[in-house]
Amino acid sequence: MNSTVSQGASSPVNGSPTVDFAEEFGSQSGLTARLQSTLHKYPYLSPLAVLVVAMIVFTLLNERFILATNLSLLTQQMVIVGTLAIAQTLIILTAGIDLSIGAIMVFGQMFMANLAAKPEASNLAFEAFPALLGWSPWAAVVAGILLSTLAGAANGFLIVRFKLPPFIVTLGTLSVFTALSLIVFRARTIQGPEMPEGMLAMGATTNIGSFGIMAGVAVMLALYALFAYILRSTAWGTHIYAVGDDPEAAELSGINSDRVLMGVYTVSGLIMGIAAFVTIGRVGSASPNVTPDINLETITAVVIGGTSLFGGRGILVGTLLGAAIVTVMRNGLALAGLDQAYRVLAIGLLVIAAVSLDQWIREVKV
Amino acid sequence: MTEPILKGRKLVKTFGKVVGLNGADIDLYPGEVLAVIGDNGAGKSTLVKCFAGAHTPDSGTMELAGRPVEFRSTSEAREAGIETVYQTLAVSPALDISTNLYLGREIRKPGILGSVFRMLDKKQMRAESSQHLQDLGIATIQNITQAVETLSGGQRQAVAVARAAAFGSQVIILDEPTAALGVRESGRVLQLIRDLRDRGLPVVLISHDMQNVFEVADRIHVQRLGRRAAVITPQTHSMNDAVAIMTGAMTVDEEDQALGPVSR
Repeated sequence: MNSTVSQGASSPVNGSPTVDFAEEFGSQSGLTARLQSTLHKYPYLSPLAVLVVAMIVFTLLNERFILATNLSLLTQQMVIVGTLAIAQTLIILTAGIDLSIGAIMVFGQMFMANLAAKPEASNLAFEAFPALLGWSPWAAVVAGILLSTLAGAANGFLIVRFKLPPFIVTLGTLSVFTALSLIVFRARTIQGPEMPEGMLAMGATTNIGSFGIMAGVAVMLALYALFAYILRSTAWGTHIYAVGDDPEAAELSGINSDRVLMGVYTVSGLIMGIAAFVTIGRVGSASPNVTPDINLETITAVVIGGTSLFGGRGILVGTLLGAAIVTVMRNGLALAGLDQAYRVLAIGLLVIAAVSLDQWIREVKV
Repeated sequence: MTEPILKGRKLVKTFGKVVGLNGADIDLYPGEVLAVIGDNGAGKSTLVKCFAGAHTPDSGTMELAGRPVEFRSTSEAREAGIETVYQTLAVSPALDISTNLYLGREIRKPGILGSVFRMLDKKQMRAESSQHLQDLGIATIQNITQAVETLSGGQRQAVAVARAAAFGSQVIILDEPTAALGVRESGRVLQLIRDLRDRGLPVVLISHDMQNVFEVADRIHVQRLGRRAAVITPQTHSMNDAVAIMTGAMTVDEEDQALGPVSR
């Protein structure tokens, strides 16, 4: 049989010929191309630059900004948005979005506060069930975190089981949990003195010189460290990126994307439960209207932090920087005696800049 | 006579009212490149997706190395040693090359770091990825931590093929590997296919590109209306014949087909 068609098909005797893919690797040329590829590799550089510049500007406007007392106040002001933004980051990495973050946090918060509250202060709905009165802070907090975790899992179930878009599901659960907080807990704030002291433990501060570290801030930082590790160094973390990046490719690579999504929404619920406990400590009471704009604030922090709304790319430390930027804007403008409207303006411009930057970075060719 | 490594008999797969496979047979022999061609909707992709575990046939039998198999997921097929490179490549653009190679089968660190802290052994995965690329003669992709989206089409294809070659112990399936590539890059991928075969791995190649098919295939399986219409070789039939068989304008008697293995 004479082979007329295939050239070299049966030729290699001494090793296979080297396939040369090298020439497509064009060297990076030009400053913009280099900047693009650097930002592609280190997405947290842009929020870091914004944060540093903002802090310098606010220090020039009012030197009290950079004092240790103000910086420690900053960490306390960012603790709620900072903690919740971890959950938002995990979800946005899967190309989802969660509009119910604040509502679930408040629901968990009201639940744990009412369980632990002195019986006479607890809201009416509980009086029908004496077993739900006067819990120890420890048990109440665990129960509240469990409830939030379940609420997060409910989001995940609706998204995975019925293939609904996360935006719609969480828009729905935003209303559901907001309403439940008002109905079940009679829309009444549980004041700090109406709860056992343990419920406010996250608000306790330890002073190092004049810099006070709040327990809740330490918890937030520990959560950042934990989830940065999970995203970076475990298979589950890799799968979160893969599912957000290209769900079909992830599925064909043998990743069960439904299970990953279910896990992400459940774990996010857990983080919201922890944030609920932190919020009670930070605010000193449990109110259903504690953080009206928190959903958009977490999304803002994540986006400014360099995580792509299209999923699959981003880094958790960027979110921490994003949350810091949002907080620094508020605090710095107040110290400078400027209208908060400037903060809203600046944040809006930053979000648009961050998303444009993301689009540009995604077109990178090395 | 040599036994086929992969064998499918009377495979049927329907999607609602659409018939994907209508009693299709297929044989792949050790050490050969079998091309699967056919018109759109002839069931090429459906056929190989059964072996890749992406589809489960409604009826019919599949055998791998003489043993009957049934795959309920892509992972099961992969565990059995069948690796597939999909038309869509199935690589994650934002992840780096080594992460992509090990996606879904990551290596964890030994000892307590791996078992309790679930820590990935990135160093090990990078070293092995480099080795796999070198084995295929594509060592010129130097930076194994480079994101796949920064690679050209041909390089991405090379990564996908390298992944298949690294883990496919029995069979490699390539679904339209050159569809999105230019002439030069296609040539390199064809060379990769020959290399795989020369390393003893049988390859199933689905392609629309007759030129490519006739260049690299040992046998050509022509699929038509959900069945195997004929099996020919580049030596016994021309491209025009192949097109004629695909469209039903020509039929080939069984004794003129290459149903058994051919020698090269």
